[in-house]
Amino acid sequence: MSLSVEEVRRIALLARLELSPEEERLFQGQLSAILDYVEQMKELDVSGVEPMTHALAGEAPPLREDLARPGLAPDEALANAPAREGTCFKVPRIIE
Amino acid sequence: MSGSAGSLLHLSLLELSEALAARHVSSHEATEAALSRIAQTDGRLGAFLKVTAERARAQAAAADERAARGRRLGPLDGVPLALKDLFLTRGIETTAGSRILEGFIPPYDATVVERLEAAGAVLLGKLNMDEFAMGSSTENSAFKPCRNPWDLSRTPGGSSGGSAAAVAARQAFGALGTDTGGSIREPAAFCGVVGVKPTYGRVSRYGVVAFASSLDQVGPLARTVGDAAALLQVIAGRDDRDMTSSPRPVEDYLATLEAGAAGLTVGVAREWLAAGVDPGVAQRVEEALATYARLGARIVDVALPHTRYGIAAYYLIAPAEASSNLARYDGVRFGLRAGAEGGLRAMYGETRRRGFGPEPKRRIMLGTYALSAGYYDAYYLRAQKVRTLLRRDFDRAFERCDVIAGPVSPTVAFRLGERVDDPLQMYLADVFTVTCNLAALPGLSLPCGLHPTEKLPVGLQLIGRPFDEATLFRAARALERELGPLPAPPEISA
Repeated sequence: MSLSVEEVRRIALLARLELSPEEERLFQGQLSAILDYVEQMKELDVSGVEPMTHALAGEAPPLREDLARPGLAPDEALANAPAREGTCFKVPRIIE
Repeated sequence: MSGSAGSLLHLSLLELSEALAARHVSSHEATEAALSRIAQTDGRLGAFLKVTAERARAQAAAADERAARGRRLGPLDGVPLALKDLFLTRGIETTAGSRILEGFIPPYDATVVERLEAAGAVLLGKLNMDEFAMGSSTENSAFKPCRNPWDLSRTPGGSSGGSAAAVAARQAFGALGTDTGGSIREPAAFCGVVGVKPTYGRVSRYGVVAFASSLDQVGPLARTVGDAAALLQVIAGRDDRDMTSSPRPVEDYLATLEAGAAGLTVGVAREWLAAGVDPGVAQRVEEALATYARLGARIVDVALPHTRYGIAAYYLIAPAEASSNLARYDGVRFGLRAGAEGGLRAMYGETRRRGFGPEPKRRIMLGTYALSAGYYDAYYLRAQKVRTLLRRDFDRAFERCDVIAGPVSPTVAFRLGERVDDPLQMYLADVFTVTCNLAALPGLSLPCGLHPTEKLPVGLQLIGRPFDEATLFRAARALERELGPLPAPPEISA
């Protein structure tokens, strides 16, 4: 299983990661080696096996009452914002 | 360490608790002793990312006041503890070991932090870790490496390396860590302390920075089995703010702690002691099994044939979930923002390029690939099916035994720098620990002596039935009582 540099770039775009050319080459090799290793799962016959999608199979979690409760005040929620305006998170303009 | 303050630090958590209850020592004395120990040793050890001395002193004073009025809140009241820097602490910077969260001041506490504070514990500070808990050596910390108190040229393991090192080096009487694929048990083994990864759902994950949500679990690291049990007792239990936390009642772990090994059946997976395990590690594990037999436990062989596929399944599932969880670090609501002048897309890319270190990037890439169109069935879905097969191995084994015993790690602590250039080699160190997370079972790491030639701690892993932490503690305590404590690690010069 060998990834091309183009595939590495496509994955980086999907993940919104800017990679340097060195990182692209490094990840190309390392991810290919890891994907080679995980290929061994293909030896297993998993037909008819249910995926384990929930770690607490068979346990129905109790539901709490749907009541209004205090949450974070706007100033607390915004306290770590890199940029804010009023009670909003401020982001770069998306539509010109 | 010398004088009475030094000897105070050699008390176990429960011994200190008794001394506090009897008012032979004060929380003030214990806290000052721990703070000066940290000041003397941490420049070389690197276990702490932040020391919260003022807060610790205030909490200690409050604990001493309660003790004076005969109103101690329980065994943790006045006991100095420390937290992996993955737990949100209101008003105290929480970084998850990452530059992308540098300067982040959480507006609320994790549930486990609330529970420790309600129990009167004193918080010494926040502990070093691999960035976003991704790693097995704490070398992936964005801030500084942490070292192993037994040998400063070796890693303490990871990702909860700061937690294990601080407890082993007598900087704290106990600590909390998290374990997604071995991140409590492996560092506990490397540093010679007790570490517990509870059953998935036993402890609330609310306010814990998420790595892989179907695998992450919070647990204690401490110097004795009883100490670890006392810590889990306080943090375990249902939390309405984590819908995956279980409503099952929490057992009284200390009540059955001394029940002994007689009557228990210990399963041994021979696959786990085959090729690839260091002979000195295998020898200590075999000796532990012989001790169990001598103490009246029955030893039976069990088969866990899918163990060899565990790493493959884990290194698809954990990165897939991580790539999704780490999507939130985008420069909008908290943490680092960079490149905003170039527009939204540039801001996302630049923030994440500068904020994440190599290991989170590698796992985000791997996980994004495994979840991308056309590959989901071949990778993520197949890995989830392997997970079912692993769980069936364990279910079948637990029809014949009460606990399963084996090594925590194939080797003792490795040297800093030894594996950083080969991520796959680093991942393979997790071969015996990931299965426990994939199958959602509880696991415990117990020191079982020093390696015969390398003179470094070896960890015995005990795995139990779902929610049967009580039997794990009982089995571990039986062996601990027989083996006696490890010697303290060598003195760390300032």
